[in-house]
Amino acid sequence: MAMSPVSLSADPLDQSWYEASARARLDALVDPGTFEEFLGPEQRVMSPHLPAFDLPRAFDDGIVVGRGRFDGSLVLLAAQEGRFMGGAFGEIHGAKLVGLLRAALQVKPAAVLILFDTGGVRLQEANAGETAIAEIMRAIADLRRAGVPVIGLIGGRAGCYGGGGLIAGTCSRLVVSEGGRISVSGPEVIETNRGAEEFDSRDRALVWRTMGGKHRRLIGGADAFADDTIRAFRDVAREQIGKAPAFDLATLEAEQARLEARLDRFGDARDATEIWGRLGVNDPAAVPGLDTDRFDALLARLPEAPHDAR
Amino acid sequence: MTLAEILASLFPEGHGVEVVDGLIGGDGPFGAGRLAVVGIDGNTPLGIEGACILAGRVLDVVRRGGETPILVAVDSDSQRMSRRDELLGLNEYLAHLAKALLLADARGHPTIGLVYGHTAAGAFIATALATRVLAALPGAHPSVMDLASVARVTKLPLDRLEEMATSTSVFAPGLDNMVKAGAVHAVLDPTAPLGPQIESLIAGSSTTDGRDALGAVRGGRLMARDIAGRVVRAATGDAAPRD
Repeated sequence: MAMSPVSLSADPLDQSWYEASARARLDALVDPGTFEEFLGPEQRVMSPHLPAFDLPRAFDDGIVVGRGRFDGSLVLLAAQEGRFMGGAFGEIHGAKLVGLLRAALQVKPAAVLILFDTGGVRLQEANAGETAIAEIMRAIADLRRAGVPVIGLIGGRAGCYGGGGLIAGTCSRLVVSEGGRISVSGPEVIETNRGAEEFDSRDRALVWRTMGGKHRRLIGGADAFADDTIRAFRDVAREQIGKAPAFDLATLEAEQARLEARLDRFGDARDATEIWGRLGVNDPAAVPGLDTDRFDALLARLPEAPHDAR
Repeated sequence: MTLAEILASLFPEGHGVEVVDGLIGGDGPFGAGRLAVVGIDGNTPLGIEGACILAGRVLDVVRRGGETPILVAVDSDSQRMSRRDELLGLNEYLAHLAKALLLADARGHPTIGLVYGHTAAGAFIATALATRVLAALPGAHPSVMDLASVARVTKLPLDRLEEMATSTSVFAPGLDNMVKAGAVHAVLDPTAPLGPQIESLIAGSSTTDGRDALGAVRGGRLMARDIAGRVVRAATGDAAPRD
């Protein structure tokens, strides 16, 4: 991955998104000093289920929800903390996001921003997590029909897996960085179920080119690519809010056409590099090493822009 | 009940529902109109092609207009776990299917899930859980993950998990536990005709999501409704941050 391990700048906006905590991402993303958390850690709303598994709990159950100003406009935000239980959806964690989305239907913010960092459902509270994911997807559909853009930002260490990948696919727009991975079954899950011949989860290059941000951007699984800094995510998210598509029959018919076309064109591809070559990328092997400017230039040169109906 | 038995009970005068490669599609006479049926049969895993085909059928119903309800009948495996499915963006295909169902419901086509066999994980979210009201038949087995896999991931012995599952429903697979969580609204009576039961479920349903309230009343998700409500009050109770 092309990311600098250490930032020499003191500006919070220059922090690595991948390395920053959920709270640090939110604090720097919104206008300075405007983030206000709901049900914060001082209220100690913790999982009632983890003690039975002898697991430690977190005062925020691994998700921060609240509101702030973004370019002066009111936005609601949620950020998952990938370092607690892999950012997984448990009962409290899921319900906080459900509540935020339901509130947005009343408040009508300029956008809802979801900072994904999740391995999916928390298995220790699987039924509650799975049901919460369904509630979240329904709430996002309701919000989008009401005209509120829901923007997903993906670049955290836990990626965006399992039910998180399905929620991401429900958002109006997705911004992803090189380190952001989007998928349903993770590499370890595929390897456990199908063997290392099907997917060698230790092959980092394979993981990144199959599920990583550049591949998702190239095939239309994400709408914009950002550098691994909070500033870059902020700038790209700002552009995407205004491009949110309506949630209607025309959008879903366009998505149907784009997903059918992808199956027709790439259904027999063995590897991401093969897909990139067919898209018109001259040197697919060089794609993982491109920095953001050169990657954006490559996207602009492709014969067709990636389709983005979602 | 098998799919054939379900269809015979739903459509005593006959129907045009077929299963090809484990994917269900078609419709039959229902009340004064028709009932569209889509779904997955035979414990089939849901992959990119299947999700695309099912979503296309749902959008066809929406395009034709009217108020035809859509039954989503499910006896599936989990999502298909493969490198190829993920390479081509399985998350988008599954989300697209769920969105098609959510759009249909919002456009006046009540969506009813019916789990009559197994279903799990991403396949469950993209189909049955994306409906307005979810029913099941006795013997159905919805789950997130089986206990043996949970044991592997949590590194807890299987016998301890099995013992814990007898006292807490929140992580254990099975229909009863999904009913307690509020995910499954109702369990149907297989000895009575299914048509009237489905009709009455539709009549009593709401487009407002009440699953967390059900989970609280039934004791399977005691905190979710309260937590969501507290966030709503915090976000709406005060004035927004000052301009």
